[in-house]
Amino acid sequence: MAIRVQATAFDPGAEVNAMHDANVGVGAVVSFVGYVRDFNDGREVSGMFLEHYPGMTEKALGKIVDEAQQRWPLLKVEVLHRVGALEPAEPIVFVGVASAHRQAAFEACDFVMDYLKTRAPFWKKETTSEGPRWVEGRESDHKAADRWK
Amino acid sequence: MTIHVQVQFFARFRETLGIESENLEGSFATVDAVRQYLLQRGGVWEVLSEQSIMCARNQELCSLSEPVEPGDEVAFFPTVTGG
Repeated sequence: MAIRVQATAFDPGAEVNAMHDANVGVGAVVSFVGYVRDFNDGREVSGMFLEHYPGMTEKALGKIVDEAQQRWPLLKVEVLHRVGALEPAEPIVFVGVASAHRQAAFEACDFVMDYLKTRAPFWKKETTSEGPRWVEGRESDHKAADRWK
Repeated sequence: MTIHVQVQFFARFRETLGIESENLEGSFATVDAVRQYLLQRGGVWEVLSEQSIMCARNQELCSLSEPVEPGDEVAFFPTVTGG
């Protein structure tokens, strides 16, 4: 498993390709990439700053990945999250899951994202047409995470 | 018993309070006791009364009723919004 929290850009395509990792037991790779949009909650967004809790962030992500590995038979899990300043169209987050069969990979990827959204200490601040604003948490994210209880 | 804890604030809370962290000495049994102590200051500290507040003890998410021990790192922050 690999957890990376970084201020520099990454290439989602290269990350997906690296998931197979020359492991001939891997039959399925599922990945999720989240991007910065140029519009949110009725306002144009020209940029974003991602704050996090250094130390806790890595621990929280590690715990989420551990839990995914206990629930599904996974061969590799990778979580990569940007922090600092980002522009629209830049990838924010990458979650890659490799397993022998597709169902475990689909479910585990969904699970990791739901838990990351509700348990990992990241906060988004958008630069909008009407000034900066902190993004508010969504009830729908908590409902999605509750599905896995 | 008087104990020492380090309190950290993040995102909108950090901005509203104007500080990132603070060392506190007091008689705190739980994370909520730390929060109540800060709330007594009034003014901007009212932000810690928000229903959706999240907290962590020693860098792990916890509930407000979590017990605290000497030397703990306690953090308060708004709902997380990563991903």
